[in-house]
Amino acid sequence: MSLRLYLVRRLALMVFVLIGIVVVTFFIVRVVPSDPAQLYLGARSRAGQVEEVRRQLGLDRSLVVQFGGYVGDLLTGDWGESLRTRHSVLEDILHFLPASLELIISAMIVAIIVGVSLGALSAYRKGGLIDHGSRIVAIAGVSLPAFFLALLLQVIFFRVLGWFPVATQIDPVVAQTHPVTHVTGMLVVDAFITGNFVAFADALWHLVLPTLALAAYPAGLIMRMTRSAMLEALETDYIKMARAMGVRQRFIVLKYALKNSLAPVLTVIGLMFAYSLVGTFFVELIFAWPGLGTYATMSILSLDYPAIMGVTIVVAFMYVFANLIVDLLIAWLDPRVVLS
Amino acid sequence: MESPLLDIRDLRLEFRSYRGVVKALDGVSLAVDKAEILGLVGESGCGKTITGMSVLGLLPRQQARVTSGEVLFRGDDLLRKSEHEMQRIRGRLISMVFQDPLASLNPVFTVGDQITKVIREHKRVSKKAARDAMCRALSETGLPTHKTLLHSYPHQLSGGMRQRVCMAMAISCDSPLLIADEPTTALDVTIQMQILKLLLRLREELGVAQILVTHNVGVAAQTCDRIAVMYAGQVVEQGPTVAVMKEARHPYTMALYECLPQGKSAQELLTIPGSVPDLIDPPAGCRFHPRCRRVLDVCRDVRPPLVEVARGHRVACHWVAEQSGPVRIPPES
Amino acid sequence: MEMRRTPILGMWGSYRTRHQAAFEESRYSLRVFLKDRLALLGVCLILATIIVAVAAPWIAPYPDQGRGASNVKERLEAPSRAHPFGTDASGRDVLSRVIFGARIPLMISSVVVAAVLIIGVPLGGIAGYIGGWIDELVMRITDIFLAFPALILAMALVAFLGPSLRNVAIALVITWWPWYTRLVRGMAVSLRQRPYVLAARTMGVSQWTIIRRHVLPNALGPVVVQVSLDVGTVILEVAGLSFIGLGARPPQPEWGLMVSEGREYILSEWWISTFPGLAIFLLVLACNLVGDGLRDVLDPRTKR
Repeated sequence: MSLRLYLVRRLALMVFVLIGIVVVTFFIVRVVPSDPAQLYLGARSRAGQVEEVRRQLGLDRSLVVQFGGYVGDLLTGDWGESLRTRHSVLEDILHFLPASLELIISAMIVAIIVGVSLGALSAYRKGGLIDHGSRIVAIAGVSLPAFFLALLLQVIFFRVLGWFPVATQIDPVVAQTHPVTHVTGMLVVDAFITGNFVAFADALWHLVLPTLALAAYPAGLIMRMTRSAMLEALETDYIKMARAMGVRQRFIVLKYALKNSLAPVLTVIGLMFAYSLVGTFFVELIFAWPGLGTYATMSILSLDYPAIMGVTIVVAFMYVFANLIVDLLIAWLDPRVVLS
Repeated sequence: MESPLLDIRDLRLEFRSYRGVVKALDGVSLAVDKAEILGLVGESGCGKTITGMSVLGLLPRQQARVTSGEVLFRGDDLLRKSEHEMQRIRGRLISMVFQDPLASLNPVFTVGDQITKVIREHKRVSKKAARDAMCRALSETGLPTHKTLLHSYPHQLSGGMRQRVCMAMAISCDSPLLIADEPTTALDVTIQMQILKLLLRLREELGVAQILVTHNVGVAAQTCDRIAVMYAGQVVEQGPTVAVMKEARHPYTMALYECLPQGKSAQELLTIPGSVPDLIDPPAGCRFHPRCRRVLDVCRDVRPPLVEVARGHRVACHWVAEQSGPVRIPPES
Repeated sequence: MEMRRTPILGMWGSYRTRHQAAFEESRYSLRVFLKDRLALLGVCLILATIIVAVAAPWIAPYPDQGRGASNVKERLEAPSRAHPFGTDASGRDVLSRVIFGARIPLMISSVVVAAVLIIGVPLGGIAGYIGGWIDELVMRITDIFLAFPALILAMALVAFLGPSLRNVAIALVITWWPWYTRLVRGMAVSLRQRPYVLAARTMGVSQWTIIRRHVLPNALGPVVVQVSLDVGTVILEVAGLSFIGLGARPPQPEWGLMVSEGREYILSEWWISTFPGLAIFLLVLACNLVGDGLRDVLDPRTKR
């Protein structure tokens, strides 16, 4: 199979999956609840209102017509109005998304660096101190609920040690004295590219604890996967051959074995991105981070259905694109993928 | 007489496994001269491959322990070298190719990258010089040197081409000794012949000495100058190919030939009764005695020494020694 | 008595001889597993949790508070002899609530795992072994479900079904089954090519018999490993959903909910959140240790 054919097939699968997501969310919105109109009105409903909403939502028409309307609304960007903020859901999401992305990306960077390097090191020195130590740390890392870890970090690094701030993206005083120009919406990035280094340092400082809380689980899983994939690679004949040809062990481990283990590791990284997309909900709630997670949890608590659905769709779409990137990376790095 | 290129003396090696200690090699002595091809023949599990791997120090050090012996390469004991020194020797002075060429090549790097890596690992040369060296090695092995090959991945090549690539990698640093571990076993019969011819040509043109590890007596007979027959971690017979083929003395060697299917009907075809002994608890005396047709009382208790029965032809067997009477070895001239 | 016992023993004996290799194998696996001290620690922790959960009414110092009765006279008391884990904002003994809380994750995770296996395993076996359009259909459906990060789908479902532990369990089943379908399907596809399955097919054994006798039993090992590795995640997700208010309702003694209730007090009355949080950590840790140990023995790729 050629690379182009692989690309076409992969993109076709993605389109299919995106359609599938829309169908599933439609079912959750319109079919799962016994009376969607009642849900949309919440506790404030008065008699007569229900009928009106029912007509607004098109619930009196057939499911097929409803689905057509639902898809049309999604495509035209009409994702409904948040019951809580009274803003357009799509606008709300685009407003809150950058802060979350900032946190997720920084957590993934930390998790990948820590996970891959410690995993590779454990495989290189299998059975050694680092191997045993990092196994225990990794298992502990994947056993800690993110929300509990976030609370623990607050107690230890804010209450006991006083090293890091406990909440929000930036100190309010710094935000006043050194206001950050809005470019991407990601505070650290904006501060950096506009040369606002006081705000940059402060925002980075605020980013540390949430990042650690969110990175623990992905780091642990990436570490374990890197280790086992590399051990598997190190057992192969081509490693034996490379050794028989006098290639240095360090090069064998860090280049030959690592590149061969990248496919499973990248797959896990994709999964961990999915984890972070939702894990950030808990972390943001605890660190008062003004991101999508806070928006989502507030929406859930106030049963703000349009907002919940909007967040669900955005998160699912982001995950689909992340998976596409992972698959393309794998295909690029591992020439066997395209062939099979 | 000049000392041999590689001289393995009384090599004993043990493996630790979860069932106990495996006495994998028990006093193996072999010598390879310059530009000589030595065939190492025996059933699977007899220690042929392990002998080859231990020359290069490729066995895992925690599990495989050399209990005695020396491996002299140009008079230097390889067993005393550090891992770093061995790494400098592998590929440059001694290289090894393996049975399955597809598995032996790294699937995610191009053929060209893998060969140049080996060259630049051993020689401080420019990329251009490494490329030239690679092209030389490739043409020695009968491969084209155009970009399509260099930029292709192992899975895009045919079996024969892959094994040639492995060979090219092995000779890319002009190593004087090549250990070929069953290099033809995974290939089609037609390709087998080409690879064997290649081995012969490497010896003729570049003077590469070789140890050809094979379970196939026919392959060894066609290619080798001398043959050593191994059984259960010991060398039981060795000598010039003609002598070992035509005047095999050890009952095990003879039994091996009787198993060859050439020109025989199924009724005539023989098998060796019993199976390869468990090396955790090998039989006392001669390790072949439980399966031997000529077994004597002494075989059960005393390990037979290698005795020269003709010039350069040595056999480890009490029965042979008894038959030929007290052997007088003519002084070497 | 004797008369009745003998044939059963006889059957057992013949079963043993027929499956001798498998028995040797599992005995060896068990030995390796028992040598793994961390995995053993995990088993002990899980057993301890089960005992605590079952015996909760007898070992909890304040059983009624454990179930949810408030006790406003003793609000926010620091750990003491009377209340080793302190009391929460409603004056309830945290230790008693942690003890009663052991029941919820154990029950939900067993229900979820059982349901997921009942749906996922046969479906995967059928899709993988029969192939064709059934396979295509089942796989595309799993594709769609796997396109969601599991937890967001669960959240949306529970939000629309209404917050409760029962709905959390339903949502988790809906999000988990595709993983098992895919796992078993992959095994079934590779098993279809195995010589003994081919042999059975050429001898005219029916597809259902082959799926039942060959495909499903062979998928058992990897499925057990996967379950043991996933139970911890299921427990984490139940706690997480309860933490953001989608699972257990107050005053249920659910660990995630308890952490959430203590959240605003974390910097002063740290014990309210810390002890239930530690309880989640220990139980999940135990599951992961067992899973890790089981994988080392049962997964053919990491064996020996």
